[in-house]
This record gives sequence, C-alpha cells and structure tokens, in this order.
Amino acid sequence: MGAVLAAVLGASLAGCSSTGGKRAEERAKAAQAGRPAVSTPRWTFAMITHAGDGDTFWDIVQKGAKEAAAKDNINFVYAHDDQAQQQAQFVQNAIDQKVDGIVVSLAKPEALKDVLAKAVKAGIPVITVNSGSAQSAAYGALTHIGQDEVVAGEAVGTELNERGRKKAVCVLHEQGNVGHEQRCAGAKKTFSGTMENLYVEGTNMPSVQAAIQAQLQADPSVDAIVTLGAPFAPTAVKAKEAAGSKAEVDTFDLNASVARDLKSGALGFAVDQQPYLQGYEAIDLLWLYRYNANVLGGGRPVLTGPQIVTADEAGKLEEYIKRGSR
Amino acid sequence: MSAAAPADGRDERLAPTSTLRKLLARPELGSVVGAVAVFVFFSIAAPTFLQASSLSTILYSASTIGIMAAPVALLMIGGEFDLSAGVMVTTSALVSSMFSYQMTANVWVGVGVSLLVTLAIGFFNGFMLTRTKLPSFIITLGTFLMLTGLNLGFTKLITGTVSTKTIADMEGFPSARALFASQWTIGSVTLKVTVLWWFAIVAVATWILLRTRAGNWIFAVGGGADAARATGVPVVKTRIGLYMGVALCAWISGQHILFSFDVVQSGEGVGNEFLYIIAAVIGGCLMTGGYGSAIGSAVGAFIFGMTSNGIVYAQWNPDWFKFFLGAMLLLATLLNAWVRKRAEATK
Repeated sequence: MGAVLAAVLGASLAGCSSTGGKRAEERAKAAQAGRPAVSTPRWTFAMITHAGDGDTFWDIVQKGAKEAAAKDNINFVYAHDDQAQQQAQFVQNAIDQKVDGIVVSLAKPEALKDVLAKAVKAGIPVITVNSGSAQSAAYGALTHIGQDEVVAGEAVGTELNERGRKKAVCVLHEQGNVGHEQRCAGAKKTFSGTMENLYVEGTNMPSVQAAIQAQLQADPSVDAIVTLGAPFAPTAVKAKEAAGSKAEVDTFDLNASVARDLKSGALGFAVDQQPYLQGYEAIDLLWLYRYNANVLGGGRPVLTGPQIVTADEAGKLEEYIKRGSR
Repeated sequence: MSAAAPADGRDERLAPTSTLRKLLARPELGSVVGAVAVFVFFSIAAPTFLQASSLSTILYSASTIGIMAAPVALLMIGGEFDLSAGVMVTTSALVSSMFSYQMTANVWVGVGVSLLVTLAIGFFNGFMLTRTKLPSFIITLGTFLMLTGLNLGFTKLITGTVSTKTIADMEGFPSARALFASQWTIGSVTLKVTVLWWFAIVAVATWILLRTRAGNWIFAVGGGADAARATGVPVVKTRIGLYMGVALCAWISGQHILFSFDVVQSGEGVGNEFLYIIAAVIGGCLMTGGYGSAIGSAVGAFIFGMTSNGIVYAQWNPDWFKFFLGAMLLLATLLNAWVRKRAEATK
C-alpha cells in the first residue's frame, strides 16, 4: 500500500514542471498580494469608465486601482459602459450610495457634466483619469491623471520621422472616440510624410485584418502602419504579411504579444501611457486627499505618458506585462 | 367554462365578467408579478436600493427605456419589429443639434426640423414594409445599418469630428431644455421630466389601444393582416402609423439626450432597440403579434431599470453585469408566461 502510494506520488512529482504554469503564477501573486498598509477607515471609492466589455487596456487600469485599494484599505467598486448615458447613470448610482470618492474617465465630458456637479455638491471628491484633461478642473475634479493624446500623437510623428518613414496609415478602431482622432491628428502634425486615417471595426478582428490588408494592397507605397491599441498590432502584422508589404507596424499601448513582437523586431515601437499608473494613482490620490487633504498636480494634469518603448526596453518590461500590470 | 346566457336573452358574449377575472386576463399581469419579485430581490440584495434617491434614479433609468418601449409595444401588437429604433434616437438628436448650429438658427427650429426628419424615417420604414412585402425584420435592419452609417458620416462631414458642437449658448436652448430635460429636486429625490413624458406616452398608447377604432385596427392587423383587410381595416395606414409612432417617441428621446447632455456622440444608440423589444415582451407582448399592452411595456421598462441599477447598488462584479441582466430578463419573462397560463386556465 505504502509502496503504491510512494510510486504514485513519485510519478506525479516527476510529472511536475519546475518552471511557469499555475504554480509560478500563484507564487508571484502571493509575493505581491496587497494587504492594507494603513490604518485609515475603510472608505468606498467608485471607479466609472467608458470602457467597453472585455477591454485589455482598462483591465490594467483596474488592476492598478485594485492594488492601490488593497494597500490603502479601500472598498473598491468598478462600473463601466461605452454609452455616455449609461456612464452618467453609474456616476449617479455612486452618488446614491454615498461613496467617499469617485474616479471617472471623461471620454464624453458634456454627458457627465451635470452628474459630476452633483457629486461635487454632495461633497464627494472626484478625480478624472485617462481622458478629459481639458474639462477636468472646470468640472470640479481635484486632479486629472492621464496622457495628453495630442502630445502622444506628436511623439509618434517625430519617431516616424527619425525612422525615415514617408507614408503612414493611422488605424482607428473605434469610430466616435475623440481621443483616437486626437492621436492621429497629433501624429499627422509632426510627421513630415503623408498620413491617412483608416477606420476599422474594432469589435471584429477578421474585418480589421481585411481592411488593413485591402489598404496595403491598394497602396503599396505605405511604409508605416500605426495602430491605436495593443490587440490590433499583431493583426496589422498579419495583414502586412498577407499583403506582402514592407511597412513597419507601430502601436499605442502594450500587451504580451506586443512585447514579444518588439523583441523579435516584427514591430517598430510602442507608445505606452502606463495604464496601471492611471488606476493606481487615482485611488492613491483620493486616499491622500481623504487622509491628508493632499492634491497633486498644482491644478494641471498629471501625465503618465507618452513613453516610447522599443526592442531594448521591451525585454525588461516583459515580465511585468505577463503579470498584467504594464 | 362557458358563461351561461343571461336571462334577458342577450348574446352571452356580452355577459358581464367579474372584476377579478378581468384583471387576471390582462396581458400585463405576469409582468407586475415579475416586477414585485425583482423589487423584493434587490431590496434584500442591495442595501442602498430602497433609498428615495436610488428609487428616483431607477425611475429615470426606466423612463429612458419606457418612452420607446410603449410605441414599440404597439408596433409589436401590430405584428411588426423596428430594429432601427435605437439609432433613430441618436439620429434625431444629431439632426436637431447640427441643424441649429450650422444654420445659426433658434434651437427650436432644429427641434422642428428633427421632428420632420425622424417622422420621415418612420414613414419610410412603414412605406417600404407595405410596398415591398418584405419582413419588417429585414426592412428595419437595413434602415438600422443605413442610419448608423449616416449618423457617423454626416457628423464627420459637417463638424469634422465624431460628436456635435455645443449649442448650450444658443437662443431657445433654455426653453427647449425645460421641456425635454428639466428636473425638480425635492430633498434627496430628483424627478426628471422624462418620467412625466413616459407616463403621458403610456397613457395615450393605452387609450389608443383600448378606447379607439385605431386600437382595434392594431389588434386586427397583428392578429392576421389578410382577415383584417377583408373586414375593411386600413392595413397599410395602420402599419405606417405605427412606425411613425415609434419615430415620434424616438424624437422625444433624442431631444432629451441632446438637451440633457448638450453634445451628442454620433456612434451611440446601437443595441438599444433590443432593450425596447425586451421591455415590451416582458410586459406581455407576444413576438407573433396580436397580443400585449402599453402598460405592460412600462412595467417591463421598470423591471429593466430596477435590474440594471440594482446590480450596481448590490456592488456585484461588473464583469457579470450582462449575464445577470440576461438571466433576470429571462426569469421575468418566464414567470410572466407562467402567470398568464394560470390566468387563462381559470377562465
């Protein structure tokens, strides 16, 4: 009996991998598991964003916010909707629940104007993240944390010039997103070559690939493709290969496959706006305001980007990307 | 069980029925039971659900769906669908805003033009349906896609961006805002004007259905168009009228969105048409037509408002939001069907 047991145990142990897998992930998690590092009361902070369902970028923002919440002993509530009316509704829900702080993304600022005024009137501190830097202060928010989209676009244009590119395509995956328009406009401004906008249906990957492919086949002189989201970069690479084009693919934002492709040289560069920081800082600054009445930024937006990431930096960032915090 | 012929020799179909039996035979009865169930559930699951301020938020949320659910319910009783109803709301807001801005006209001019354009879209839906004899699902799916494209294309062409420019500083804005997007705050309770619009629309729709000749036509057309035509019901006129009713309410919703947010995003409204249909179905409308009620659509919209906000008040993980919403709606509809069956069995 004992021998059988020993044999089974031995066999199962021999079948274990000492690297990677679920166990490594759990070890890493345990190492960075957040425990409250403060003794302030358990406040409730609500975060309401304009993210659609299953959005990788916002997942990282949320992760940053959650880890800051764990550290600061905060009860963290999250809600999101890509329709302005519904987002305003969620802010109203948070006010109804008398939360102690609100973090909100202002992709559609006018729609949230009234309801944020209500929050301020109810004495709830508000911090805006990611988009809406122009309106943040006017709507009574303490601080705005994010990347100036025009500035980020300009950085892309400059980088494309340095790489000697002449003809670029800017791939917009969300019709109706003002921030995306600003990125492409910024890139157009500093880019000395010509740049065209290409609108694709971001919720339907095969059609994204087909559209980019068609564009490259129609115009073989295109030598740079800029995608506005990490999930679209590998798709653009596939489209480029299928169309037999020599164009360089560059992208906004990071994810694991972007890091891999940067290292292998399939992608030129990525522009990171550090989403983790946007979520983390928003919660942390609300806590600081509640605890110590501190406000960061001196009335100006606190910028988290743009950061140009090339093959050299990608290797260093890879493990952070894998754990979902970059 | 058949009613015994009354003693005075009148037709037995005219025999008076008891109030209770009348109540049990109403299409909206099931949805009322569902609404009570959802209400009790969230009262227990979400601590902030029963606050006056939360309930006013829920009422507002329900009204934004309910304003559209009532005419959609009438349309479904008439046996048709409208998949363009969601984007039509956005179209109406865009037309109103851009016309006022580009012409530098009084805001009311834009509101009027928008009414004409939206009614024209409704007429187009009805006219195409009656002319081509294609199913309304196909016709309005085409309209839906065309409007989605027009919303984006026109807005981009005219304003150069994907949303309209602000018209808050133009003449007529304050009075239009008062009509379409005002609110009264009493203590912690905010009553939005859309709630009044919603009640008024449901009342008018109910009156049309139950007290007018047009109401009989709607039931007749939904029950069987050929039989209705044979008995002299103006089928074409009824159908076009129903689509124009949806358009009229889409105009009201669109103006509300415009005057409460003052800037309109061109890509919105997609998918909302299903919420209107769901509200109507929970309220007792049959997918096959010929049966349903406008009051039911209001109860359906209220269930939707309670569910979508209740999930937030209960602080559940938002990743599961859509799942809960779907499950709730399915359960409410099942309960509804079960109650109706019970009610019919006791006749």
